Amino acid sequence: MIGEFIDGPLWYFSITAFVIGVVWRIVAIVRAGLKPDLSIARGSAGSGAVRAIFSRFVPERTVTTRSRLQLIAGYMFHVGLLVLLFFAQPHVDFIAERITGFDWPAVPHWVFIVTAEFAFAGLILLWLHRVLNPVTRLLSDLDDHIGSILVFLVMLTGCLALAQSHESLRLLHLFLAEVFLIYFPFSKLMHAFTFVMSRGYTGATMGRKGVNA
Amino acid sequence: MSEQFEQGVAALRNQIDARISSYLSSCVHCGICAEACLFYTETQDPRYTPIHKIEPLKKLWKTENTFWGKMAKSMGLIEPLTESDFAQWEELIYDSCTLCGRCSMVCPVGNDITYMIRKIREGFSVAGYAPDGMKEATKRALNIGSPMGVTLKTLKAALAHVERDTGLSIPIDKANADYMTLFSSMEIVNFPEYIESIAKIFDTAGVSWTISSKAFEATNSGIQIGNRDAAAELVGRVVNAAETLGVKYVVSPECGHAYTAIRWEGPNLIGRAYDFEVIHILELLDKLKVEGRIKLSGKDDTPMTLHDPCQIVRRGGVVDPPRNLLNSVADHFTEMQDHGVMNWCCGGGGGVSANERAEPLRLKAFDRKKHQLEELGVNTMVTACANCRIILEEGLEHNEMDTEVVSLTELLAEHLQSGNT
Repeated sequence: MIGEFIDGPLWYFSITAFVIGVVWRIVAIVRAGLKPDLSIARGSAGSGAVRAIFSRFVPERTVTTRSRLQLIAGYMFHVGLLVLLFFAQPHVDFIAERITGFDWPAVPHWVFIVTAEFAFAGLILLWLHRVLNPVTRLLSDLDDHIGSILVFLVMLTGCLALAQSHESLRLLHLFLAEVFLIYFPFSKLMHAFTFVMSRGYTGATMGRKGVNA
Repeated sequence: MSEQFEQGVAALRNQIDARISSYLSSCVHCGICAEACLFYTETQDPRYTPIHKIEPLKKLWKTENTFWGKMAKSMGLIEPLTESDFAQWEELIYDSCTLCGRCSMVCPVGNDITYMIRKIREGFSVAGYAPDGMKEATKRALNIGSPMGVTLKTLKAALAHVERDTGLSIPIDKANADYMTLFSSMEIVNFPEYIESIAKIFDTAGVSWTISSKAFEATNSGIQIGNRDAAAELVGRVVNAAETLGVKYVVSPECGHAYTAIRWEGPNLIGRAYDFEVIHILELLDKLKVEGRIKLSGKDDTPMTLHDPCQIVRRGGVVDPPRNLLNSVADHFTEMQDHGVMNWCCGGGGGVSANERAEPLRLKAFDRKKHQLEELGVNTMVTACANCRIILEEGLEHNEMDTEVVSLTELLAEHLQSGNT
């Protein structure tokens, strides 16, 4: 009974809330408006925006030494999570069945295991850094912790459900993923989409000035 | 809640545009910006983490624009913005930020944190939460025409000295000149050699130029304190003077924030494009050199390095001209490890130099520049900003360092080959 609810109505509700919520947040940002810049541009805003969207994937040398742990953990977690999300066999099957109607090659089982270990290690290190480092401890709020814990639980139950021997574990994983999807638009998890906008706005402004940001 | 505070909150609310909304939506509190801020690196005080400095803006945005923020506010779980927030954060946004923009270069999600601090100052200044030194400087700029109280009489006295020393005539209010030059008060009072240098260079290059008796001051305290009306008034004076004289260009002097004010913020402050172009003195000198209108001779073999003024280079985009120019007169020009758009600030920009109570913190932050110089082992530092120059000299004096600070324009004038036009 509860399984059917998680597999059916709750899934459709959560994915709908996620899509509408994300679109609503992005539209709200754009609707906040931006006055046209009347100064004479030295360079191109468009190419500045595109450059910043990609160049910020590579950290500046000035922060690579002291923030090394955070940067490495950040890459481990984010790359790991993306691989797990889009290239784990159960996810490929699920997305093909429920959303796209077609599938694509998944990573081998051993890659899944290694990637999951990297992603877990990255997430745990980032969270430990958040609570132990004086700077991140000062900055962090409840939303940051809820986001970290939700992702951790979704990943953990996902690994537990991997064997696919217990339907209840799969449902628990799906249920947490649905909670995650519903929480997503209301939280800092939105940075997964808005980082393109923030990098783009800054890159455009700096690009007009002729500065590679 | 006082009426002035409410006006400040309203002014702050008006600053929240799509850029700021995207920045606040994207920030994941990673704190990496801390490592780019000299106030944090030199004190290790987490409060000086750049993104922490915009907390009041974030609080306002959160309680008025986010689901959880609105809900928490309605349930009384979160306090709305209070005067106490402004009182607590005043030091963070004015004393420990030079608007240098270095944090904005390292944020993984691309947040222009400096833009937010510049904007948050708009709310604070309206609410009356700004350092006395900056308030007074702004008042003097509006009433007298200069944050240091320099009048036309003072300028004329300085120009008379220049004319006597050079034998040149300095044109004032010459209609239809190609270039109208601006000066910072600090150049007029502390470094008249700068005026002498450009007079010599312009004369040699045959530049048609003038100074306006109505608007000669380049600095803009309104930008620094974050008061849009004051900033617009000060820019407007320059624009009116330049358009009345019918000049083709306004020359921004060796002053960092003056360039940002007139070149990048100015048109947006007065709500229209200018009838003239703005050019930085270094861009103009580089142009004159490329066109062969000035020739430089006798390279200096003293080891030299370049201190990049943040507002000219990182926030202004004048990155190559100072290097081209310095390389043409210096045989041993060595860059600091962090240079160009990633250079470290002198510690006195963004109005910090006009803020007396910030002096101990500023001198502590100077340790970063001290470290850079010690690492390089060069005893001559060239720069192109009168404010940087004063701040660097004070820091060097405080640390008993034997380093000379030289103006790039003045250095070029020393190497000017006369009669080459």
